[in-house]
Amino acid sequence: MFKKIPRTNLLFFGGALLVFLVVQIAISTNILNDFWSTIIRIGGVMAIVSLGLNLIYGFNGQFSLGQWGFYAIGAYTAADITYRWNDSYEATALSILLIGVLLVGGSIVYLRSLLGKIRGLDALSAFTMYFLTTLILGVLAVYLGQLVGPYVAGLLLALPADVSQQLVFVLAVIIGGILAAEVSFLFGLPVLTLGSDYFGIATLGFTIIVKVLLDNSDTMFGFAEMKGARGMVGIPKLTTWFWVFLGLLIVVVVMRNLLHSSYGRAVVSVREDEIAGKAMGVDVAEYKILAFVIGSFFAGLAGGLYAHINGFLHPSSFNFIRSFDPMIIIVLGGLGSMTGTLLASFTWALLLEGVLRLVLPQGFETWRFVVYPLLLLLIMLVRPSGLLGTYELPFLRQVLPPLKAFSKSNSNSANPGSGNPAPVQEATK
Amino acid sequence: MNAAISQKPSLLETIIRKRWLGKSFLVAMAILALWKLTISFLAGPTIFMQQVINGFQLGFVYALIALGYTMVYGIVRLINFAHGDVFMVGAFVSYYAIADFGLNSWPAKVMPGLPVWLSTAIGVITVVLLSMVSCAFLAFTIERIAYKPLRNAPRISALITAIGVSFFLEYFGALPIAFGPNFVTYERPFEVVNWVISTSGIVALEPGVAPPDNTLIISNISLYIIIISLLLLFTLNFFVRRTRVGKAMRATAYDKPTSRLMGINVDGIISVTFAVGAALAGAAGVLYATAFPQVYFAMGIIPGLKAFVAAVLGGIGSIPGALVGALIIGEAEVLSAAYISTPMRDAVAFSILVLVLLVRPTGIFGEPSREKA
Repeated sequence: MFKKIPRTNLLFFGGALLVFLVVQIAISTNILNDFWSTIIRIGGVMAIVSLGLNLIYGFNGQFSLGQWGFYAIGAYTAADITYRWNDSYEATALSILLIGVLLVGGSIVYLRSLLGKIRGLDALSAFTMYFLTTLILGVLAVYLGQLVGPYVAGLLLALPADVSQQLVFVLAVIIGGILAAEVSFLFGLPVLTLGSDYFGIATLGFTIIVKVLLDNSDTMFGFAEMKGARGMVGIPKLTTWFWVFLGLLIVVVVMRNLLHSSYGRAVVSVREDEIAGKAMGVDVAEYKILAFVIGSFFAGLAGGLYAHINGFLHPSSFNFIRSFDPMIIIVLGGLGSMTGTLLASFTWALLLEGVLRLVLPQGFETWRFVVYPLLLLLIMLVRPSGLLGTYELPFLRQVLPPLKAFSKSNSNSANPGSGNPAPVQEATK
Repeated sequence: MNAAISQKPSLLETIIRKRWLGKSFLVAMAILALWKLTISFLAGPTIFMQQVINGFQLGFVYALIALGYTMVYGIVRLINFAHGDVFMVGAFVSYYAIADFGLNSWPAKVMPGLPVWLSTAIGVITVVLLSMVSCAFLAFTIERIAYKPLRNAPRISALITAIGVSFFLEYFGALPIAFGPNFVTYERPFEVVNWVISTSGIVALEPGVAPPDNTLIISNISLYIIIISLLLLFTLNFFVRRTRVGKAMRATAYDKPTSRLMGINVDGIISVTFAVGAALAGAAGVLYATAFPQVYFAMGIIPGLKAFVAAVLGGIGSIPGALVGALIIGEAEVLSAAYISTPMRDAVAFSILVLVLLVRPTGIFGEPSREKA
């Protein structure tokens, strides 16, 4: 009746539950004070961003520096929704964004199935169509959202205050993620056709543009509550360790299942060799955009969670200099290793924000960022492939079914020379 | 029999095959930009021309930085993020040389008989040379310590190392024992002279006098920047095209294993490339600080990034490409700061980059990329 659950799964989920409980108890009993619990939550958020980037760069081979821009989009979107709800019980922003996100998402899925049948359509033409559709639907969503906003607010007010606040928070985080994913789709469609480093520079430009727009959010776009370059304050502090952990667990499981499916193998084949993949019938452009959109979705989710940790957002935290942080984390952890990314992001947060702050003597706090690059250089010189290389936890390791027919015919073949297994090609890119 | 083939393609097919939708999008963007420029020009021709002059001034500085990026990228395929910080170090070296040692005034002290313009020029050139040499030395050291051990590692390791070096230079520079965390006012190595260009000819403006309305003003800062940049560009072009080391550099950029087989010291050539690029960045640091008289530890980030954008825009590996790309970026930055809004200039520069790359994926002067093993 019950399907037997593999031991690795039990171990993984049991271990995850244990980690969650230990940290949760430590936080509730105040063994970990506010300082450390914030650091742990930031580590979890960084893990989500970095996992998304690892999907884009580590597994799909697209050198993206735009992760931080999508993170910023998610953070500000979610923060705006919860701020408005918390401040004046106004659900118009929530309704507009929810309707807009759903409409645009639906239209993208629908148009994609429509445009997929047309052969020879170039990326820029497709982008133009999506872009125009999005503009029209966006205007429609603003109109509709203003119409239904008061009713949504009434509905939410009928719930108990705590429940409605948590509901708005969860919705806001998810909307932030989906919005980031949709923006990444529109941006990635033309830009993913560029070569690797050119793509990197274009995405870096995206991060810078997002930061500039956030700097001017109050003067040029009329979001007075975002306060532009002065920083947004008064966001409710709703991100608990529970939400961070839940988000991280979902992201890890989704990513693991994606990578172990045939989609995931196609995604990895794009990294290994685009031309060979094409010859095997992999739609390279399709899988590039798939990995990019999912990775950006994770970034948006993480942004929403980050916004509600400190209750304060400033455009300078979304500076492009910081966009190297997830890149550094995934390279330190090992490209294409989810375990390494998880480990590295928590280590990064603990080390940079916690330990170095405490270890360095009074008056030497500024040396933190002198020690950090030196550590980085040292690790790169000693272990260029990252701390863990391509090691994975057993649960995250891909177990391929044995190729029965192939191995049988191979072992029966009377060819004594082919005793050695073919050397495994290392993924160096 | 061949009805399907002989049939004229339908309108939809034509639109798809000739990429009309995408092209019309780009054309619409171009028309929008041109329209904006025309309106701005008609609204105030002299102000517009003034902005264009300022844009040239900025563009030439960017060109000097961009050359370092384009040479290094062309030869080791590494986005050298530390290049902008080498530029910053160059600016600081010249600051200390001028403010603490008065290096710019040595010709006036040693040879008092020289005419003023000549002694100033010699002083400025000495300061620039000092910056160039110290930056070249710095980049040479960085290359030996940080990049050389990673020559055969994955490309991303070298990139992360470059980011690490960049962070190190910035934050070490921000320490009180180095340059300090504050903005420092830069002393120009020469007196600023402004000339007014009007219909009645070019007249030198007395210091302290407000320029008359509706006239173009050109200062000797622009002249110094443009002359020194052009000199360095021509020297570099000669160096790369004609000398033995330059030829070896081009050969190494084209094919490393084969050049090694031909007896070229590839590692040495790579070090020289880093040093030459850094020397140009050092000169750019002096010129940039002269034009915008303020130095601080993070001043290299944004100009470095803009210069890299310029190098990509012009086509990586091409010297005229770097110049053209840098001039476009400089003009775009100044004009958008003047006519759109100051903070939007970064966004405009990157939007131009993305749009140009969509039309020409390897930049304006770039060659089509080859498959590399």
